[in-house]
Amino acid sequence: MTQEDLVPPELKRNVLIAPVDWIYNIGRAGSVWPIMFGLACCAFEMIVTLTSRFDLSRFGMEFMRASPRQSELMIVSGTVTKKMAPQVVRLYDQMPEPKYVMAMGACAISGGPFKDGYNVVPGIDKYLPVDVYVPGCPPRPESLLDGAIKLHQKIRSETILTSPWYRKGVDRELPVPECGPWGLVLPKGEESE
Amino acid sequence: MTDYALIGLLMVVAAIFPLIAMFLGFILRPRKPAPVKKSTYECGLETVGETWVRFRAQYYIYALIFVIFDVETVFLYPWAVAYNQLGLFALVQMFIFLMILLGGLVYAWQKGALEWV
Repeated sequence: MTQEDLVPPELKRNVLIAPVDWIYNIGRAGSVWPIMFGLACCAFEMIVTLTSRFDLSRFGMEFMRASPRQSELMIVSGTVTKKMAPQVVRLYDQMPEPKYVMAMGACAISGGPFKDGYNVVPGIDKYLPVDVYVPGCPPRPESLLDGAIKLHQKIRSETILTSPWYRKGVDRELPVPECGPWGLVLPKGEESE
Repeated sequence: MTDYALIGLLMVVAAIFPLIAMFLGFILRPRKPAPVKKSTYECGLETVGETWVRFRAQYYIYALIFVIFDVETVFLYPWAVAYNQLGLFALVQMFIFLMILLGGLVYAWQKGALEWV
């Protein structure tokens, strides 16, 4: 380990950029609005998390937006069937940057108990870049709150110098899978499963 | 005069404040236009057919007739609450009022406004 590695990454940043990052990230972390959709039984735990007993609004997530244009976070709450995966990916594409994905529950993470099913996507991370995995079957609301804290930590550690949504020419739109005869296929020109 | 000056100041601030907020949003927001993102939001599904379809405007007649019952209700409720104090005179007046509204309804009915063409 050289002497350079001992310097914490926060100090390596530009002196001007660090306070801007601090304010920018606090503002972003304090208003992460999830898009309103629930896929399976995990959605009920998500609804419970929004109620006053657990109170997700403490983390700035009280508004479940009914439109992807106003939301930053996609909580994939439950089993993603192959019928539903194109819609989920298209909704993700329609969200403005910066956007985050939280895979909630065993099904969204890996397919869970339905992993071998003919109609279940074995993990939404095959199609979406997942930021936070919240394990459980279904996860308790406390787990979802822990996922929210983890997402806040991730957002606060980001800097606008390396953020991909301010770079030009980076195509971040993900290919939307289509229902083929033997399951989901990606459109032509994209890499297949 | 100073009161109106304060209102004018409020209007100036009210005009400048959202402009500053929109300008800050304009310079801060990331621009990543993409085909799927710019497409119409239809709960994640692809839109089918034309978005600019014509809706039948016939519904407005029903909305107009609804106003008859709406006004009726607005006047009936306070009259019913104060019925004991108002007495017979208000009862007769309310009866006349209802007859006038009923005349309007009968007229609309005879003109065929309740038929769905």
